[in-house]
Amino acid sequence: MSQLGLGQLQYALAAVLLLIGLYGMLVKTNLARKLMAMNVMQVAVIVFFISLAVRSGGTPPIEIAHGAADAAYANPLPHALMLTAIVVSVSTTGVALALLIRIHRRFRTLDEPELLDRLRE
Amino acid sequence: MTQHLPILIVLCPLAAALVVPLVARVSARAARALTMLATLSSLVCAVAALRVALREGDWHYHLGGWAPPWGIEYVVDPLGGGMAVIVALLATLVSLYAGPHVRGLSSLRGAAFDSLFLLLTTGLLGIALTGDLFNLYVFLEVSSLAAYALLASGGERAVVATFRYALIGTIAASFYLLGLGYLYALTGTLNMADLAIQLEAVPPGSAMTVGIVLLVVGLAIKMAVFPLHGWMPDAYTYAPPPVTMFIAAVMSKVSAYALIRVLFFVLPAGDAVETARAVLSWVAVGGVLAGSILALAQTDVRRMLVYSSVGQMGYIVLGLSIGNAAALTGALLHVVGHAAAKGCLFGAIGSLPRQTVQAEIGGLAGAARRAPLAMAAFTIAALSLVGLPPTAGFFSKWYLLRGALDADAWLFAVVLLVSSLLGAVYFFRVLEQVYFVPDPSAPDTDVPSPASPPSWRMVVPVLTLGAAVLLIGLFNGVLVSSVIQHALPEL
Repeated sequence: MSQLGLGQLQYALAAVLLLIGLYGMLVKTNLARKLMAMNVMQVAVIVFFISLAVRSGGTPPIEIAHGAADAAYANPLPHALMLTAIVVSVSTTGVALALLIRIHRRFRTLDEPELLDRLRE
Repeated sequence: MTQHLPILIVLCPLAAALVVPLVARVSARAARALTMLATLSSLVCAVAALRVALREGDWHYHLGGWAPPWGIEYVVDPLGGGMAVIVALLATLVSLYAGPHVRGLSSLRGAAFDSLFLLLTTGLLGIALTGDLFNLYVFLEVSSLAAYALLASGGERAVVATFRYALIGTIAASFYLLGLGYLYALTGTLNMADLAIQLEAVPPGSAMTVGIVLLVVGLAIKMAVFPLHGWMPDAYTYAPPPVTMFIAAVMSKVSAYALIRVLFFVLPAGDAVETARAVLSWVAVGGVLAGSILALAQTDVRRMLVYSSVGQMGYIVLGLSIGNAAALTGALLHVVGHAAAKGCLFGAIGSLPRQTVQAEIGGLAGAARRAPLAMAAFTIAALSLVGLPPTAGFFSKWYLLRGALDADAWLFAVVLLVSSLLGAVYFFRVLEQVYFVPDPSAPDTDVPSPASPPSWRMVVPVLTLGAAVLLIGLFNGVLVSSVIQHALPEL
């Protein structure tokens, strides 16, 4: 398990980002803002995982030919996981943007209460 | 070849999904044939792998020869393999059912539809088979992304509903991912079997509790359990019929499977899991009652079916929250039975000719005359959801009831019975229209109405599922003793 290098600060950052994201998704009425809040929330998860990989005094996890056998490496696995998570996040954003474009073309608004009014007609 | 069966189950639809758009440029017919072939071969592989697993014990397949916990493994056990068979069977039937729908699209759109459908199948099969928590997350997102695109193809209302679904789905996935991060930080492994062993040694603490809560909440949102189902009615009602049929039948079941897998096979038994199950049981009771009552209030058949799904998912959650052998057997039997029944119901409604089907229940008047076979299957599936013998629904409810009584949970038993009664009311309202109210468009009821009967491509899958509902009911003893019994966790 990795050790905490920078204290608890980056975990606090992840928690704050997560809450900002959730707040935006639940409270904002504009769908584009909701989507941006969703991205902020996904960044929070990435910050959390990357923080897990940190090791005090650790080097990047690349094998150096000589004399580095005892070096402490940062844990590469969370980075690899987060590369995948970033791909997922980009795809989700892409699909969501495509949906937003279709909504805007049809209804000329991205405001949720107004949209729901139009849908009820 | 045969030693690679577990990965072939997932690879068949994945490879076909990539090739179908290219093939469609040459021949749309070939692309359709390829789609059906891919789902069918996936089904054959799944059945073969499950048979081997039942005969010789769980089948662990190491991807690329890397042994777990470092490599990713696929596990065909009675639970996961059985789930894969259900998904592959539904996918095969729906790929046939989708024929008339795809033919109505341009060749580009038709290819996109088939490709997305295959990707959705890939994701769901992957969830069922993977033995790695992070791999499960990836498949969860593969299936979700494909589902967003498919649901949104149903027009403007569906697009708005799908956007809301995408947001909620992403919150769920992020919670799941965070929970997984906590478990990884505690143990340094992502392999399910390895996690289960290592977590036993971890003393319960706040990190474990937070991880468990995040995992359970994430999967529960994906299942669209009761208070979190808001996106479902619009998305399912306006999506194209084959999409609704497939997604309503298997998607939430696969999430339910993931929840069972995590709760009973990965997380260590303890206070946190007990509490999670207690909370889930109240969510389930709310879902069962609210789903049944809201279904009563609907005038649109498809909306009624969606709310009935909310209630039926409640049964499954109730079964796993009670958590004794009988209740879990009931929950798993209900997963199988409800997948067949809901696919059949949505399929039958979707097979009625566009110009005659009114979404309103009243629009079904005389439907039995226009589409007798589809409506016969519809009736069987409806009786199964109400819980009449000898259909599958009766026996799964029977097991659930026995589980509730074994656990002295009288309240749950009452809830089960009351909601069955409500189910009878809302389904018989529909059946009355289908069979006893004459078709208003054809006043002389002896003359069949001029609308063309549904295509055989749509009728055959619907009939197959209707027959499956009956067979699962009649042979529930065999199913339980040969598969489900072995799929239960050690209690």
